[in-house]
Amino acid sequence: MTEELHEIRLHVNGTSYALTVPGRRLLSDALRHDLGLTGTHVGCEHGVCGACTILVDGAPMRSCLMFAVSAVDAELTTVEGLADADGSLGPVQQAFLECHGLQCGFCTPGFLTTITAGLRDNPRPTHAEAREMVAGNLCRCTGYQNIVKAVERAAELGAGR
Amino acid sequence: MTTKLVGAKVQRVEDQRFLRGQGRYVDDIDVHAGTPTLHAAVLRSPHAHARVRDIDVEAVLDVEGVHAVWTYQDLADLSVNLADPLPLLIPHPALTHGRTQYALAKDEVNYVGEAVAFVVADDRYLAEDAVDRIRVDYEPLPPVVGIDAARAAEHLVHEDVPGNVGARLEQEVGDARAAIADAPHRLSLDLTVERSASTPLEGRGVVARWDPDIGRLQVWTSTQTSTGVRAAVAVKLGLDLGQVDVITPDVGGGFGVKINHPWPEELLVPAAARALGRTVKFTEDRREHFISAAHERGQVHHVEVGFDDDGRLLGLDVTFWHDHGAYTPYGLIVPIITSTQLLGPYKPQSYRVVFESLYTNTVMVTPYRGAGRPQGCFVMERTMDAIAAHLHKDRTEVRATNFIQPDEFPYDQGLVFQDGRELEYDSGDYPRSLEMIKRLVGWDEFEAFRAEMAAEGRRVGIGLACYVEGTGVGPYEGAHVHIETTGKVKVATGLTTQGQGHATVFAQLVADELGVPMTDVEVVTGDTRRMPYAVGTFASRSAVMSGSAVHLAAKRAKEKVLRIASDALEADVDDLEIVEGVVSVKGSPGASIDLGTVAVLSNPLRYAFDEKSRAATQFTVGDPGKPPVAEDDEPGLEGKDFYSPERSTFASGMHAVIVETDPDTAEVRILKYAVVHDCGNLINPMIVEGQIHGGIAQGVGGALYERMAYDEHGQLLNASFMDFLMPYVTEVPDTIEIDHLETPSPLNPIGVKGAGEAGVIPSAAVFAAAIEDAEAHDHPGLAITGMPISPSELFALRQAQEPLLKQHEEDA
Repeated sequence: MTEELHEIRLHVNGTSYALTVPGRRLLSDALRHDLGLTGTHVGCEHGVCGACTILVDGAPMRSCLMFAVSAVDAELTTVEGLADADGSLGPVQQAFLECHGLQCGFCTPGFLTTITAGLRDNPRPTHAEAREMVAGNLCRCTGYQNIVKAVERAAELGAGR
Repeated sequence: MTTKLVGAKVQRVEDQRFLRGQGRYVDDIDVHAGTPTLHAAVLRSPHAHARVRDIDVEAVLDVEGVHAVWTYQDLADLSVNLADPLPLLIPHPALTHGRTQYALAKDEVNYVGEAVAFVVADDRYLAEDAVDRIRVDYEPLPPVVGIDAARAAEHLVHEDVPGNVGARLEQEVGDARAAIADAPHRLSLDLTVERSASTPLEGRGVVARWDPDIGRLQVWTSTQTSTGVRAAVAVKLGLDLGQVDVITPDVGGGFGVKINHPWPEELLVPAAARALGRTVKFTEDRREHFISAAHERGQVHHVEVGFDDDGRLLGLDVTFWHDHGAYTPYGLIVPIITSTQLLGPYKPQSYRVVFESLYTNTVMVTPYRGAGRPQGCFVMERTMDAIAAHLHKDRTEVRATNFIQPDEFPYDQGLVFQDGRELEYDSGDYPRSLEMIKRLVGWDEFEAFRAEMAAEGRRVGIGLACYVEGTGVGPYEGAHVHIETTGKVKVATGLTTQGQGHATVFAQLVADELGVPMTDVEVVTGDTRRMPYAVGTFASRSAVMSGSAVHLAAKRAKEKVLRIASDALEADVDDLEIVEGVVSVKGSPGASIDLGTVAVLSNPLRYAFDEKSRAATQFTVGDPGKPPVAEDDEPGLEGKDFYSPERSTFASGMHAVIVETDPDTAEVRILKYAVVHDCGNLINPMIVEGQIHGGIAQGVGGALYERMAYDEHGQLLNASFMDFLMPYVTEVPDTIEIDHLETPSPLNPIGVKGAGEAGVIPSAAVFAAAIEDAEAHDHPGLAITGMPISPSELFALRQAQEPLLKQHEEDA
């Protein structure tokens, strides 16, 4: 019993990677274990917690619900791609630091990618919109108050502009 | 002087790593060592209770990419001790019928999820394919599910445990039953709390590598105790302690569940690494975490209470039944904590408590943040509310009548706590806390607000709950501080970190004590290579235990710095100060020496390796008439110390909440949440407040949403994030008002008490009180006696109340 393998290329954070994977290889596993981009975390493998959220052509997607072979034509952005070009923290990352928006850090990459996309669509969210922006991600540590603050701080720092 | 860091809202140093995706959690560890890592998967029991008649692994053996498949029969060949039951970690004389599982089930399974077979393959996908091919012949046995079934004992979980009773423990101060019988007022209550679980976003995981060249095992595991796992792995695999290193990398949340050890996989993965000569990894998936880790909270309580006209507790008699699931690896810690911490800030004139710890065919129970305290607080605070209602008194007044007063500390409750020591409170100021929480939530103004809302047809209620939390239990923690010749300071403490910001708060303590910039301090936790003596992270103990140890170790290092510097600068120790990593003579800044140079001088050298170390070689320094290292000294600029307190320290606090209940849908909305919190001196208020926020979110979950839904067959029906309702942002209070009271602990050098669990302890109690209060107008007499409460359940309580109300109207 040998599995059929596919030679594919993934475009992640501006770099193109060649890899050989079976059709059932999850995109999250390919990123983490084939490409070594372990910043994307897997919290439930059924698309609910949001820890594995990455940007697929700019839109937040659960990488645990995609196959690697179905991502070949897309530009992927993971948490490793969110820092500014000079290596300093990007505005959403900086806001999380300032607002104590993280504790164990496991869910954080999914929030960072989600908010990056959210603020791009809505650079000046109201308080209710800031809450709504993170309402699809689970965090077990922070109680979310500081995450919402971080969304508002990131907007102040010009994350969406 | 440099600004003091302790007490300041210092930003976390670990965040840089986490925010860039550079955290290293256990599943991120990849030790190639020539060959790729292998992956393990576990076959788990689909039955809650069954005899295992036969396991057929034939179909797996030929699968390409499979390296091993083991059942119980294979364990003894791997290591003799591996075939024994897993350790019973905390024995107790009352635990007369303690039972633990085997690393792989032997003859019988006792919960859905129990490990039955173990497969190692090239990757997790193949390992799971292989698991699917294993055929097990089970003979199903009748399962025992829930406390009622366990007590009825129509069926037994373990044949040799009569009545399903693992333990019965009673403690009494005074004669509570007689006091109740003689009291002018008496009430009885029945109160229930359902099961929930820690549910960290990262599940369990373990990676192991055997190095045959040096006969040494390295284990990375997502644990709350590296030293505990190390000792267990060594014993079970027949290795010397010195052959095993356990490293806890970044941990994606623990909340208690990761204190239990060794999990079957924590032994099987290292055994596989040794047997196969390859690095082996196991990463738990979410369903596995629900059905094969641990739960907590499930208890049923009966209260008898007698009190006087002021509401003073004359006698309190509590009996409760604790569902500990199929096994008891963590002993009686949870019910002991409920039975003692139930008393909170109050001093009943007599108290009797008795519990039975019961077996059921469900996932075992070990501590989840709060560890029995939320149940105890729920029982005590519901009782206080009932007394106030009975006497038509303000709920805060009845509480105040029963408070231990500030001049009564240390206050001995006369009971034995979870650490085997007296339940003696060290410090606190409960009347002041009450004053603060009333002001913060607007207690005295609430009736006006209620009337205002009622005019709009809205129903609001207010609730308040008090707790005392024994934190910082022993036996000890230690710390090692090493000042390198670069002037950088390396700190190690053995307990582990799961998001509490230890790298920041311990660095704050060291930077203040040594007078160095925080950026020069690096903290390592949970690595047995760096600190082999440690206990673990639980019971809100890290700041108290390791914080104190780190402080003491830094102090020792500082003493040595000053001694060496005083020789070098020819000045008295008392005239020296350290600022920004430079030792100088006070008042004459020219006479100074940096810490790196002091470190060079502390270690007499034969060989120079750079410009700086030339200064410490044998023809350069030292008095030829003396040994280069004095008899009572040692080389190097280090400090090591341990902190081991006589007993726990007792944090306290009060929560209050205002809720609105929907008259039609029975939905509960949180309008305001207020907290007064006393954890002694604050090292980093930002981190303490973060802990409170997180605790409250888990408390909201436990009060309104989370439960483990077992059916009568012992199947967990909601073992996914789709069905187990963990709060999202939409379920938690938008803001939390926090006020700090700081009554320092006299038991440790930094005056701190623990802060980790406080947020979750009063939640069930405070929500029950507020919801009941909101309902009081339309449904007088409606009592909230069980948690969590869903809108459907509240609706049902209203329905049950309707006929009574009608009857009442007709009678009138």
